[in-house]
Amino acid sequence: MRSSDGKVRPAYADFAGLLDGLSIESLVTKQIAAEELFRRLGITFAVYADGGSTERLIPFDLIPRILDRAEWELVERGCIQRVKAINVFLYDIYHDQEIIKAGLVPADFVLLNSAYRPEMHGIEPPNQVYAHIAGIDLIRTGERDFFVLEDNVRTPSGVSYVLENREIMMRLFPDAFSGQSISPVGNYPERLLENLRAVSPSDDEHPVVVLLTPGRYNSAYFEHVFLAEQMGIELVEGGDLFVRDGHVWMRTTEGPVKVDVIYRRVDDAFMDPLAFNSDSALGVPGLLSVIRSGRVALANALGTGVADDKAMYCYVPRMIEFYLGEHAILNNVHTYMLRDPKQRQHVFNNLHNLVVKEVQGSGGYGMLIGPASTAEEREAYKLRVMQNPENYIAQPTLALSTAPTLIGGEIVPRHVDLRPFVLSGKETSVIPGGLTRVALVKDSLVVNSSQGGGTKDTWVLERS
Amino acid sequence: MLSRTAENLFWMARGMERAENTARMLDVSFRMSLLPSTIDKQALHFEPILDIAPGSGRRFHELYDELNHETIIRYVALEPENGGSIWSLIHSARENARAQRTAISSEAWESLNSTWLQVQNLDFEGLKRWGYRDFFDWVKERSHLFRGVVFGTMLHDDAFRFIRLGTFIERADNTARILDVKYHVLLPQGEEVGGLIDYYQWGALLRSVGAFRAYRNVYRDTVYPWRIAELLILREDMPRSLHHCYHNLIGTLDELAGKKQLECRNLAGQTYARLKYGRVSRIFRSGLHEFLTSFIESNNTLGMQIQEDFLMIPAAVAGAA
Repeated sequence: MRSSDGKVRPAYADFAGLLDGLSIESLVTKQIAAEELFRRLGITFAVYADGGSTERLIPFDLIPRILDRAEWELVERGCIQRVKAINVFLYDIYHDQEIIKAGLVPADFVLLNSAYRPEMHGIEPPNQVYAHIAGIDLIRTGERDFFVLEDNVRTPSGVSYVLENREIMMRLFPDAFSGQSISPVGNYPERLLENLRAVSPSDDEHPVVVLLTPGRYNSAYFEHVFLAEQMGIELVEGGDLFVRDGHVWMRTTEGPVKVDVIYRRVDDAFMDPLAFNSDSALGVPGLLSVIRSGRVALANALGTGVADDKAMYCYVPRMIEFYLGEHAILNNVHTYMLRDPKQRQHVFNNLHNLVVKEVQGSGGYGMLIGPASTAEEREAYKLRVMQNPENYIAQPTLALSTAPTLIGGEIVPRHVDLRPFVLSGKETSVIPGGLTRVALVKDSLVVNSSQGGGTKDTWVLERS
Repeated sequence: MLSRTAENLFWMARGMERAENTARMLDVSFRMSLLPSTIDKQALHFEPILDIAPGSGRRFHELYDELNHETIIRYVALEPENGGSIWSLIHSARENARAQRTAISSEAWESLNSTWLQVQNLDFEGLKRWGYRDFFDWVKERSHLFRGVVFGTMLHDDAFRFIRLGTFIERADNTARILDVKYHVLLPQGEEVGGLIDYYQWGALLRSVGAFRAYRNVYRDTVYPWRIAELLILREDMPRSLHHCYHNLIGTLDELAGKKQLECRNLAGQTYARLKYGRVSRIFRSGLHEFLTSFIESNNTLGMQIQEDFLMIPAAVAGAA
């Protein structure tokens, strides 16, 4: 909110003025009202612990994270560039593998990657798009310095919070929205539906699009319900679909209905028990054959995960140069590969300054945050790494930017990150804003909702 | 509509309807057991309840050593191990509703959910403190409330129709079973009608389906067994009669099927004709028990055919492949 010299940054000026006119008590009252609204709307996520699951609210902070036009344009261009390169990369590795031939990405990184799907080889997806929906996790370390923490091109979640947070902010601070022009985000479902329809393989004017969910025990189930409702499409589970005569059908009370596009929120491995995980009850037997014959479109495509693990991440700037002939607009965080003995030794010697993560990990689990760790924890972690060094990377801890956050009746700085959502169809675009996640614990850098993180509304100002 | 949605709504309605009917039966049996002449044989009035659901009696004896009115009430009202207990039925109705929260009105969900929350942690001591009769009344009231909320707040669309199908299939089954379990009471045995015990037993039977006053209003006469059968089987205007259930089933199936020729519509029509044009004298002549057994069977077949015709059973789809 403030620049390094302590002045309120211009983007925050209007909102800071509005805050000045409000007492802390009235802010706390609004905060309580916001929580009440979330609870009533049933905006929850499931947390797994001790074998059971409970529904929880993600803490919501009502002080928005605000970006001015220039800041946003940088983020927007950077995200679009990145996702474009990733889509070309995916097309390449499932076709001619030029980038491997050019020696820019090691072959074993791609071909031995557990997320690589040989079954996808040679398939021509509409518009050559694999990652129709992507979420790029960003952090900020200075005025114009944004770093990419991670690309999410499998089944990224969180967009429902972007929409609901905005809805609630408009109720709580109507004056802020009438006073300045904040880019709207509400048309996301419509744009998503448009993109999904556009990849339909059938000539039908009204292609049938469905959202495939693992079911109500999934932590993001609320989001699946929300998006299906907003787009006006059916929310289906694996058992609702079946394959017959080379097509995918959905069981309805009117009889079988042919499905053209599946927006899936189920992981690759569970999509088709005949092809992948045979004990999966979440998928549709025979689905892969229909995908391969091009009679149903899947968003995101199978096999996108090879592009977004934490090791492949290092190569994204090279992809951008190789495929687009451009320099990466957004920085990568310097990443050490622990498979490399020299880099590993360096990491082990400096473990107290670094963050170590599992290549395929997510949700903030299984990582070591050096500065917050004890000597014993570091030693134990080294042993874990040595069992399978390929599975780990390390990065320096960065000075994450903070944003003002209301905690315990006080406004205090807390670390934040940002996940903009990128849609790819005929065009690639970003919804203005994204999900700001905030680490509610003082000095903590972990923003994951599964580990006590909260969310904020993200405002992009129309004027610069 | 997704078949899974229809399936959840169908079973949600069946669960709630059956919970209500189970409470009714327990209520009547409890009342009967309080009659002075039978105080030493309390359990006898409850035991038939165990016979109503197939296999239920065996499960009871696996779980409990002693057969008395307390263990039976406990088993039929609260036992989670008994899939047909009021507790289990409300639980399953609520789980089915939870899976389809967006397909029903929020009022309907809230009504069912709060019913579940109240019964969820109820133990037998709690039930006794509450009072059996008050608890049974409460279950009936929650069922009435749920049905009313569904009627008054939901769009009368296909979702609503599948709820209605579930209600009437289950109610027809329950009414027939109640009659069948007590059928020996209804059999005319040539003896003088109107004895005190008969009066109470028939009265209890009528009360268990909430038809005591209806009988009086319709017949304005002493309670005769063939009239009870006529009221509960053939009267169209009696809301728990088989005829009434099928009248509603036929109408709802017509709306759902449209112009399609569905096997379930044919099955329902055949049974409906038996009820609409049936005579109670003929039913008694060929045997009430036989009539009811065959009805329960065809009603059950209809329930399965509905699930098949609307693709609620995945196997039905695979089989057609």
